[in-house]
Amino acid sequence: MGPMNGSGDLSSEMEVDAFRRLFPLWFHERHLLESIRPDGRSLGRARDTTLALGAVASADGSALAKIGCTTMLAAIKMEVMTPTVESPDEGCIAVEFHMPPICSAIVRPGRPAEVAPVVSKQLSDTLLRQVVMTFSGMIDLKDLSLVSGKAAWMAYLDIYCLDADGALFDTALLSAVAAFCHLKFPMVSLNDDGRVVVVSGESKGGKSGKEAVNKEQRKLNLISIPFSLTCTLHNNYILADPTAEEESIMETLVTVILDSSLRLVSFYKPGGPVLAFTSAVM
Amino acid sequence: MEVDRADGRTRNQLRSLACTRGTLNRAHGSATWSQGETKVFAAVFGPKAGMKKNENPEKACIEVIWKPKTGQIGKPEKEYEMILKTTLQSICLLTVNPNTTTSIIVQVVNDDGALLPCAINAACAALVDAGIPLKHLAVAICCCLADGGYVILDPCKLEEQRTKAFAYLVFPNSLASVRRKGLLQVEVEPVEHGIITSVTRGVMPVEDYLRCLERGRAVSAKLSEFLRRSMQLQAPSESPTAVFETHS
Repeated sequence: MGPMNGSGDLSSEMEVDAFRRLFPLWFHERHLLESIRPDGRSLGRARDTTLALGAVASADGSALAKIGCTTMLAAIKMEVMTPTVESPDEGCIAVEFHMPPICSAIVRPGRPAEVAPVVSKQLSDTLLRQVVMTFSGMIDLKDLSLVSGKAAWMAYLDIYCLDADGALFDTALLSAVAAFCHLKFPMVSLNDDGRVVVVSGESKGGKSGKEAVNKEQRKLNLISIPFSLTCTLHNNYILADPTAEEESIMETLVTVILDSSLRLVSFYKPGGPVLAFTSAVM
Repeated sequence: MEVDRADGRTRNQLRSLACTRGTLNRAHGSATWSQGETKVFAAVFGPKAGMKKNENPEKACIEVIWKPKTGQIGKPEKEYEMILKTTLQSICLLTVNPNTTTSIIVQVVNDDGALLPCAINAACAALVDAGIPLKHLAVAICCCLADGGYVILDPCKLEEQRTKAFAYLVFPNSLASVRRKGLLQVEVEPVEHGIITSVTRGVMPVEDYLRCLERGRAVSAKLSEFLRRSMQLQAPSESPTAVFETHS
């Protein structure tokens, strides 16, 4: 306990900010002893969450989600494509997660962040689960079909991280789900060539033989909505919804995703020094 | 109620395991691990001087490169790299060689289900072969949920694709041979019950996940036993090989 006492003496002399930067682990541990965190939250409390639908006017569906300072913008653009031969009744969703340099000091242009493709893959696994026999994802790809075998929707989901302050996957999932909830299919009609094209809102007079394939603008049907929580484990403490500072000090992260019927979609603990015992799992 | 698996195994039966160490003579450590038809090569180079940017210089750094059997490196490979990196970071003693980088290269030779657990086991064996200081070993297992709601272990590729949900679980290996008989356990639960890593795919009810955990822990003891035996079969001049068939 020698160094601890040494820093304890120093802490009475130096400012809180300096102590926080020089000895981050001790700073956080002293807070944990009092069951509180530096920003005043209790151990199990998540940060304030806000959600704004329709943030991007030009996209077919969009949402802006904020958990504390972590901000993610999700936008969906729809395009008509021909489905593959193996699955003529199904559309397609492409999920892309971007971490531009604006989000954090660690990310530089030209060098993609390590965590970006991992979050992107996790998201696409959660949103669609490609299983032949049974289906257990959020969206049924058959909903995205227009004309069987000839036309289907391709949805491009792009998520931009605007501010990375911990709990990236939670915010990304929230914004993606919200964007899908907000999604409205654009109107389409059959071209003279027999191809399906997108038409804008009003139709004039109407050439003969041209009618909208889907007359009403419908929304996408979501089967069960997943929601997730990220926690860090440190000694015997479980901290919910860590900030970036806490994540960098306490390296063990656990992400649990549940769906609306309280089934476990994912329990993701990618290694880390602290082992999770049964008590912690409960 | 016996379940009909395509290759005639019972629910709790693993495929035949084989572990060979020291296969590559230029690498500092190397190992091959195969579970049935799934086979993975792992090689370890290190510790080398120098660190990557933004890494803590007071600890050793671990770098993982995952090479798939065919195709380009994409997001699934990056995810596997990250999972392997954090798992191996938790078993290595990082403060022994600060400011160094250890590279682990994983090459997939054949993928017939349970690829990630096979790779973790291979990387662990390669680390032992290289002599990198470790706290304990890691044993990895794949459990999947069959249609009837029961848990089957170590699925092959077909079973993995048809199942609703599966989980890759990594546990520390059991210390049975090191711990003396009669020694009291200090904590409520023994160390080998902790989960180092858990990756699940597909939706499953929480109780089924807990059952997968129990089953995984029971099997990890057998896997640790196999690991221990294969590490002990060591003559300095030959490359040790061990084969294990389970029947349970």
